[in-house]
Amino acid sequence: MNPKPILSVRDLTVTYPDNNGGLDALDNISFEMHPREFVCFLGPSGSGKTTFLRVLAGILPPTSGRVSFMYQHRQNIGMVFQQANLMPWRTVMENIMLPLELRGAGKIKMENMAREMISLVGLKGFEGSLPRDLSGGMAQRVAIARALIHDPDLLLLDEPFASLDALTRERMWMELSRIWQAKQKTVIMVTHSINESLFLADRVLVLTKRPGKIKLDLKVDLPRPRTDDMRYTSHFGKLAKKLRAAIE
Amino acid sequence: MTMKLKTLHTLSRWLGLLSILLAIPAWMLVVQISGLPKFILPSPMDVWARFLKALTDGSLLYHTGVTLVEILLGLLVGVCFATIIGYLLAKSRSLEKILSPYLVASQAIPVVAIAPLLVIWLGGGILSKVVICSLIVFFPVLVNTVVGVRAVSSSLYDLMGSLRATRWQILWKLELPASLPVLLGGLRIGATLSVIGAIVGELVDAQEGLGFLLQLGDFQYDTSMVFVAVFMLVILALSLYGVVTLLEKRFLKWQK
Repeated sequence: MNPKPILSVRDLTVTYPDNNGGLDALDNISFEMHPREFVCFLGPSGSGKTTFLRVLAGILPPTSGRVSFMYQHRQNIGMVFQQANLMPWRTVMENIMLPLELRGAGKIKMENMAREMISLVGLKGFEGSLPRDLSGGMAQRVAIARALIHDPDLLLLDEPFASLDALTRERMWMELSRIWQAKQKTVIMVTHSINESLFLADRVLVLTKRPGKIKLDLKVDLPRPRTDDMRYTSHFGKLAKKLRAAIE
Repeated sequence: MTMKLKTLHTLSRWLGLLSILLAIPAWMLVVQISGLPKFILPSPMDVWARFLKALTDGSLLYHTGVTLVEILLGLLVGVCFATIIGYLLAKSRSLEKILSPYLVASQAIPVVAIAPLLVIWLGGGILSKVVICSLIVFFPVLVNTVVGVRAVSSSLYDLMGSLRATRWQILWKLELPASLPVLLGGLRIGATLSVIGAIVGELVDAQEGLGFLLQLGDFQYDTSMVFVAVFMLVILALSLYGVVTLLEKRFLKWQK
């Protein structure tokens, strides 16, 4: 593994202003990530998981601390939200092209890349569909394609499958694993599902309740590609137990 | 079955026209029974004859054109100001606090009441009518703009932020399309109101326009002319409404 971290976070603290001295969302978070690593942040609701992603995405400025990327240029990020968060007036194709459009890419290049992404996430034939005609799982695939099309250095996933039913969710885990291996991306995902984090991640970091602190940094040494059956092995159970104990 | 549904569908489309056509004999009947003189209630044939006369001597088209120009200019000015100010209000709570007392107070004054003032200040020409139109159009469009822009989903703002979109890109690619349904709703109300605005202005003082024609007919006991002017106004209002509906069909296909 590349010893040089792609991302390093030092003493990150976020306080939301309110009437009595401010509400602490994140407290002194420090960690490093290597290229092509898949890291899950696991925590109960109210542990500042989404706040953390918003800081990494550059949407929210940190109160103190530092986030630095290996690349000196402005960080190039793809983000998937809890809801698919598609623009309802755009077709599947147009939604996926949005990141390239914002950079002023040419139409033909955009369309070719969008078609490539559409086949990667298995949505061939739905290029011209509108978001209102898609199921939850399909919409979330569009969101994943949109987050990947501009070849981001870092992919941020904010409980992307929380709104899906159990079956679709598990199918999406497989899909995401496959895409992650095909695209070799560095991924940070926040979730409150132990199964999800163990199925997908190389490392799971457990956050405490507000204000969020890192309580446990667990390496997931399950072989890849991970399968459904793996979830019933004793090693998986052991890891799950450790995580369960760390979550309040 | 589908055949039957289709016929029903076409039938319902023509139902509106049918009801208008039925109104004409009813109108004729009322004229016959009441025996009112022509200068109080003209018959449909009188109105039709007057219409043809006004059409052939060119006066009808000329005055309709004048009113249409006033309406369109008033609409343009009113919608532009309302959209820009509405956008700024939606974006800045402090600006809203500063401006909203004036905006609400201005709505307490009926434009009809200050129309004579505006005509005194701005003269009896087209300018005073355009200003009256834009004033009447301003508020509903403003309110819709504020509502529309405020309703843009915050997670889509997050998406644009994570993609490093510029202020302009957020405006063009997010805020405008997302609030377009509400904006067009405002335009729909504004289009109808601007017809009223132009007529109010013309009735106060004008040498041309449909309001002038209406008043002229009134003074000369040419009641058929009044009817012709009123029908022209209805047609203008319906056409404007139709244009907005076409815009909605064109740009809001993704809805429903």
